[in-house]
Amino acid sequence: MSVTDKLALRMHTEAEGGSFSKGNVSHTARQEDADHTNNADDSDDERAPRTLRDAPAKSDRTPSAKMPKQRDNKKRSKSSNKDEDSKKKKREPDAIEKEILAKSEKYQRGLKPTMGDEKPAAIKVRSKKAQPKIEHEKRRREIAIIDAARSEMLLTEQAGYLEAEGEMERTYKVTQDQLADSLDINSRAKIFDLKLEEFGPYVMDYTTNGRHLLLGGRKGHLATIDWRSGRLGAEFHVRETIRDVCWLHNENLFAVAQKKYAYIYDHSGAEVHCLQKHVEPTALGFLPFHFLLASTGMTGRLMYQDVTEGRIIGEHKPGYGPNHVLKVNPYNAVVHMGHGNGIVTMWSPRQSQPLAKMLCHKGPVQAMAIDRSGTYMATSGLDGSLKIWDIRNFKALHEYSTMRPAQSLDISQRGLLAAGWGANVTVWKDALVTKVDAPYMKRLLPSTTVSDVRFVPYDDVLGYGHSSGLSSIVIPGAGEPNFDAYVANPFETTKQRQEAEVKQLLDKLAPETIQLDPTFIGRLDPRSRDQRQLELLEEKRDQYAKDKAGGKYLDNEVKNKMKGRNSSAKRFARKRLNNIIDLKKLNEIESAKKKQQESEAKRRKIPESEKGALGRFYDEKRSTA
Amino acid sequence: MKIKALSRSTTEYTRETKSDIQKLPRNIDPELHPLERAREYKRALNAAKLERMFAKPFLASLSGHIDGIYSMAKNPWDLESVVTGSGDGELRMWSLSSHETVWRAPEAHRGIVKGVCNIPGGETDRFLSVGTDKLAKVWSRSESAVASDGITPETVATYTGKHAFSGIDHHRNRPLFATSSSLIEIWDVDRSEPITNLTWGADTINTVKMNQTEVNVLATCGTDRSIILYDLRTNSPLAKLVMTLSTNAISWNPMEAFMFATANEDHNVYTFDMRRMDHAVNVLRDHVSAVMDVDYSPTGQELVSGSYDRSVRLWDVNKGHSRDIYHAKRMQRVFCVKYTLDNNYVLSGSDDSNLRLWRARASQRMGAKSNRERSAIEYADKLKDRFAYVPEVRKVLQHRNVPKGIKKASRTKQDMLQSRKRKEENTRKHDKSGKPRVPERKKAILGVTNK
Repeated sequence: MSVTDKLALRMHTEAEGGSFSKGNVSHTARQEDADHTNNADDSDDERAPRTLRDAPAKSDRTPSAKMPKQRDNKKRSKSSNKDEDSKKKKREPDAIEKEILAKSEKYQRGLKPTMGDEKPAAIKVRSKKAQPKIEHEKRRREIAIIDAARSEMLLTEQAGYLEAEGEMERTYKVTQDQLADSLDINSRAKIFDLKLEEFGPYVMDYTTNGRHLLLGGRKGHLATIDWRSGRLGAEFHVRETIRDVCWLHNENLFAVAQKKYAYIYDHSGAEVHCLQKHVEPTALGFLPFHFLLASTGMTGRLMYQDVTEGRIIGEHKPGYGPNHVLKVNPYNAVVHMGHGNGIVTMWSPRQSQPLAKMLCHKGPVQAMAIDRSGTYMATSGLDGSLKIWDIRNFKALHEYSTMRPAQSLDISQRGLLAAGWGANVTVWKDALVTKVDAPYMKRLLPSTTVSDVRFVPYDDVLGYGHSSGLSSIVIPGAGEPNFDAYVANPFETTKQRQEAEVKQLLDKLAPETIQLDPTFIGRLDPRSRDQRQLELLEEKRDQYAKDKAGGKYLDNEVKNKMKGRNSSAKRFARKRLNNIIDLKKLNEIESAKKKQQESEAKRRKIPESEKGALGRFYDEKRSTA
Repeated sequence: MKIKALSRSTTEYTRETKSDIQKLPRNIDPELHPLERAREYKRALNAAKLERMFAKPFLASLSGHIDGIYSMAKNPWDLESVVTGSGDGELRMWSLSSHETVWRAPEAHRGIVKGVCNIPGGETDRFLSVGTDKLAKVWSRSESAVASDGITPETVATYTGKHAFSGIDHHRNRPLFATSSSLIEIWDVDRSEPITNLTWGADTINTVKMNQTEVNVLATCGTDRSIILYDLRTNSPLAKLVMTLSTNAISWNPMEAFMFATANEDHNVYTFDMRRMDHAVNVLRDHVSAVMDVDYSPTGQELVSGSYDRSVRLWDVNKGHSRDIYHAKRMQRVFCVKYTLDNNYVLSGSDDSNLRLWRARASQRMGAKSNRERSAIEYADKLKDRFAYVPEVRKVLQHRNVPKGIKKASRTKQDMLQSRKRKEENTRKHDKSGKPRVPERKKAILGVTNK
């Protein structure tokens, strides 16, 4: 029984009865005709999830209350359908099924539901007990994938678009004024320019729900704005250089990279912390699920600080000199740093070496952006190129060029790429997947220099900071139309924000969970126990060798032969060392074993003829073991 | 030019009045939920920790008896009451909700009360008790009222046997009951003499248990290490199973009539299929001393056992090790345990003369729950299930504070078993006969005879 069949029968019943049965997993579509009336009361109790718990990653959960029934039906149909099944021809999925199967792709998470009557490859395990459980789980997941794809019809919003109609029309020729004419009043209000000529150029950041905007002028001006309503939160002047700004987990706290240190302020603008470990920071990044603030600066170091307890979680020295490009990969929370020699490095807080290094440009890396699926990275270098990379296998995909090196890059939720260069902002559509010829939209603001471009999450808006203030323009099709209120809610109330904060803190992840592949948790370790132990031992050996080279054990080596007084303290120290099985001891044991084996191998083997009557007492095994 | 930009109207996404619920649209696109595996793992770990934090299984210790409690009976028609019999011949009826004795017979028997059982039907509150004084007595709280406290109430009826009784059980729907002594006697409630005697072998019988579903079958276990099944319709034995050590108690599975569990002297609980007794269906091993009593949960999915090692353990019938261990500082050797009929509590009677009431699921709390609470619990359970094999989660879930004595004993036992196994393997290595390995489920079984 394949998923398509399940799909088919579900659609069947739904079309006729308005409700679909989950019961008859292994009925054929033909039999379903007769059966669906019996199952009419068996309506779907698996709707859109009610709570946060129900849904995000758990599309592979189906209510267990249904399972017994399913089993019943299965048994019933198995016996009755056996001969029918064997005669049945291979059935191709029809158009609707194909559409749903296509939609289901993003919900697969590694498990592909089968097409047509194709049988899925069985996972074989040695345990007879586990086999049916695995099969069962797989079936449930397949159903869940299809259900998730089907649930897409519950989404209410459609994404925005800007499409040329005639052959002569070009979308990049549409100006914001022209756009404003054909937009509703709500969207029109999103196009504005803030003239702040005194303290620019400006850097900026939007909260994860896109509602609040944080502005930082190079010359010390700081402001937070609920930008849709235009309500100003805090506005003050720090009287020193501001190089970067960054919201923390919600709009109550934000971090600012100032001249000497990084600072954390609260919503009222009061200084909460001065982070003195972040020396001369130039770029900030926040890891929302780990509550880590990452920064880099003139020292070239990468600092990770836990903002909930204040500890420094990691301090890495790439060794490529001062640095001002730092972005967080939203997919796996790996921090990407672009360096002055054109290298991009990827970091996890607990590993002192980068997870990966890529040589991206011939000159310094100027800007970087990573898309939310963690597949694409865009980098721009002072060599004038703008490159798209596949960061799953570290390969260059396409190259674009800007007249002047792009100063800032950003990728929107729906994969639009924006670059700010000189006085221009250019937006490409589908630029990540294919090489496109012309930009999607562009805008020129004469006699300014763009310093920072940011797409607004869940909205078709691009904000950018420049030398004379801040501009906000509408880019249709940029934002994700359907938000998940449990992830980020643009219409969040205070109460909801407070509750979400508690949940966020409860789900705070350990820094160890940051790896290139974030799904490694809970995976089976395919190594055998011996192999694991061997590798552990090797690791220990390496560590020991490294430590020893670093002079760690110099004063630990208490010699056994000591002339002079035998003090109790020394005796104790010796004794304690006796109990520690360290590498030295392990090596000794190993070498002793080796010696023994060698000597045994050397031992003369007694030929059968010499053994005589007592031959059976010679233990062959021992001499060869 | 076709143009459309996102424009959400506030009214669509916010509630109209304050009494409305908030609108919370969902989108289950995985891209909107980064690091989902890690976050679920974290939630699973939190759920596991919370479970252990809330694990407070002990509810009450009901004191009153002067001697140890050696027999106990639950009433299928009354969730609240339970009857216990103690070593000094006293009978008590307890109210589980108020944690009090509601009725007592101080000198019900001379000697130990070896067994009590309720008379089914629900019309009366009668129950039977047997003692080492060779008497079986019928009691009723309503009919044999207490004249004054401390005076033994009148019995409803008394039956005199020839030997000291060791157990009793009532037939599910006929007015019959079976007693065990050196033989099994079937009594009609209206007659003063037993109507049938059943014997196979000549040893003392430890206990007798009637099957409450397949009502004509009864199981007994004796000191000759045997478990015998009898059929009441033919008044003859069905099968005899001899194990390496004797069995202390038997419990029939209430859902699967052919299954029963036995509490064995060799520290294990065995479950058997009465149709094929040449091997045990499952061996449940965790106790470090003789298991004294075992009882099925009303769902037939779980077991509770009490042991001479002063602990009560709860088991999943399909798994080899206990899912929980209950112990108390003052609890002595446990002689009788019962799973209450609402599947939520466990009772244990021990040598220290106290009846203890425990939660069946240590971290579960009773009482009405809101929808959110319930779904949160379900979600947490599912998560714990899913991540149960991740070492960190498993470590939290499996950790129990076990009394030193038990811990030590289990370590010694493990060493012992391991060395025994090693020895066996070594002999096998040098043995040319190539005997097949005996499965663990068969090891404790000496033989089966079917009639």
